[in-house]
Amino acid sequence: MSLRESARLLLGGEVRKPAAEDYTPGARQVHELKRMDGVNRKALAEEMHKQHRHTHTWRNRRWAVLIAVNLLFVLSFWLDIQILEGALTASRFLGFHLIDLNSALQVMLAHKHILVNLVIGTATVFVLWVLLGGRTYCSWVCPYHLLAEWAESLHLYLVDKKKVSDRAFHRGLRVVLWLLFAALAFATGYTVFETLSLTGIVSRALIYGPGLALLWVLFWLLIEVFYSRRAWCRYFCPIGLTYGVVGLPSPVQVGYRLEHCFHEGDCRKVCLVPHVLECVIKGRATAETMDIGADCTRCGLCVDVCPSGALHFEVKGLSKWL
Amino acid sequence: MASNLPHKAEQARRRFLRALIGGGALLAAGGAGWLPLAYGGKTHLRPPGALEEDDFLASCIKCGQCVQVCPVSALKLGDLGDGYGVGAPYIDARAQACDFSCDAVQCILACPTGALTYTKPEHMDTRGAMRLAAAPILLAKEKDPEPTLNLKERIGVARLARPDLCLARQGKGWKGAARAAGYDGYLRFMDVDRWRPIPLNDHPFDVPVCDLCVRTCPIKGAISLEPLANGFKTPVVHEPCVGCGVCEMACPTEPAAIVIDPRRGWEA
Repeated sequence: MSLRESARLLLGGEVRKPAAEDYTPGARQVHELKRMDGVNRKALAEEMHKQHRHTHTWRNRRWAVLIAVNLLFVLSFWLDIQILEGALTASRFLGFHLIDLNSALQVMLAHKHILVNLVIGTATVFVLWVLLGGRTYCSWVCPYHLLAEWAESLHLYLVDKKKVSDRAFHRGLRVVLWLLFAALAFATGYTVFETLSLTGIVSRALIYGPGLALLWVLFWLLIEVFYSRRAWCRYFCPIGLTYGVVGLPSPVQVGYRLEHCFHEGDCRKVCLVPHVLECVIKGRATAETMDIGADCTRCGLCVDVCPSGALHFEVKGLSKWL
Repeated sequence: MASNLPHKAEQARRRFLRALIGGGALLAAGGAGWLPLAYGGKTHLRPPGALEEDDFLASCIKCGQCVQVCPVSALKLGDLGDGYGVGAPYIDARAQACDFSCDAVQCILACPTGALTYTKPEHMDTRGAMRLAAAPILLAKEKDPEPTLNLKERIGVARLARPDLCLARQGKGWKGAARAAGYDGYLRFMDVDRWRPIPLNDHPFDVPVCDLCVRTCPIKGAISLEPLANGFKTPVVHEPCVGCGVCEMACPTEPAAIVIDPRRGWEA
């Protein structure tokens, strides 16, 4: 996916079908071959499914990392081991400042006075997430993401039982909210979004003990179970947009290989942000290999579920060496 | 409905409407955080070195690093009812005051954003009455080469709010633990352990005239007992008071006769 297309989808743009001239000759050829070989490919796909054992390799790795990071915060305080002090909004790792990019932005806009420590911590985290993939933060670190994943399985169970249905919001909402919260911080001098931030509330509740603010978290989990699948992470949370933009040039990507794909769409069913996976729809991929865009949280659910290895993790510039 | 799925344009219209309503609701929820401030119900005592309230709330990143370094766990984080103060630190002096047993005001050192600061930037709001006339002398460090605390402003000031309850003013003494059974606040006593605060109630008192506020005060010259015309005595707060709240914590009457007025300056 081109950087421009990746950014467009991140900012809430609608998915569009590629024009004829967008396809590389190679991609055109693969699409053509697949069309001609329909019967054989169907048999092959069935064979693939028989052999593929749906494991949770990446999900388990990710949960392990997410729990480990948050546990390190908790234990650093509880056991006083002082490795990772603070909360997800700002912390010190072995004494070195780390500041959450969205919180830093809110504080800078509200306070209009920037300290060296804040700059050091923000710059470090910025570089870290450019390298690691931006929204990777969402699915590999944010503790609300894990709660939301559990709520999501409940939601999907209820959808399956036809008890609830999923209602989508316009994806441009997140961009509007991002701008409005930035403007509010600047105009009012209060870090308004921090009051609502589920990431901050859950992180502090884990470390410093629960409070009434968890009711706000519960409210969102209920919305996500009964009204709209993953509503907060998909349509509302400006933190996701901040990290998404940071991750635009990232070398860590989920890669797509057109040739391996049977276009069955299992990946899109498990995806938090299915609009980034439009390229897996039959006839949509414009190149033989593609990157999934910046809105992708690199959660790896699609990689786990793909029976043919068409989706995989890659580190650009390093994959050759690995 | 299932047989008559909404048209694509209709779906898009609904997505847009939901976004409009949902976004509006979230902004309204954000706006609601302003209410507790507008109605001024809560005037929390902020940690030492805190900027003036508006600047403090703007700059605090709600990470709790100050909470983590406090040796007596005096700092608590604001909750839902505090509006924009959610996650911002405050001190409930009656429950656990700041006794400066860290010697160096560690919470200021821990703050990554300058919401707590040793030296305020010049352009930032300062009310004159908040400035301390001189660096406060910490009694625990009185004999050290550098006996002062690196603190330029007070966070509040002590006031004898309920003089009729004050034991000294009635000529009464105090025997036993300062607070009721089950109280779990900590205080450093130099004659017990220079480096480690102990539970306040593990240090019983036996005084003919109650002077607990004076004898527990960690700051030199901040409070003293002065004679009254009727022959009894009364605690008098002096200019060096930084507003740490130890007197309020140690006061044996219920409720405390002496309290901290958060964010109030010194008025001679």
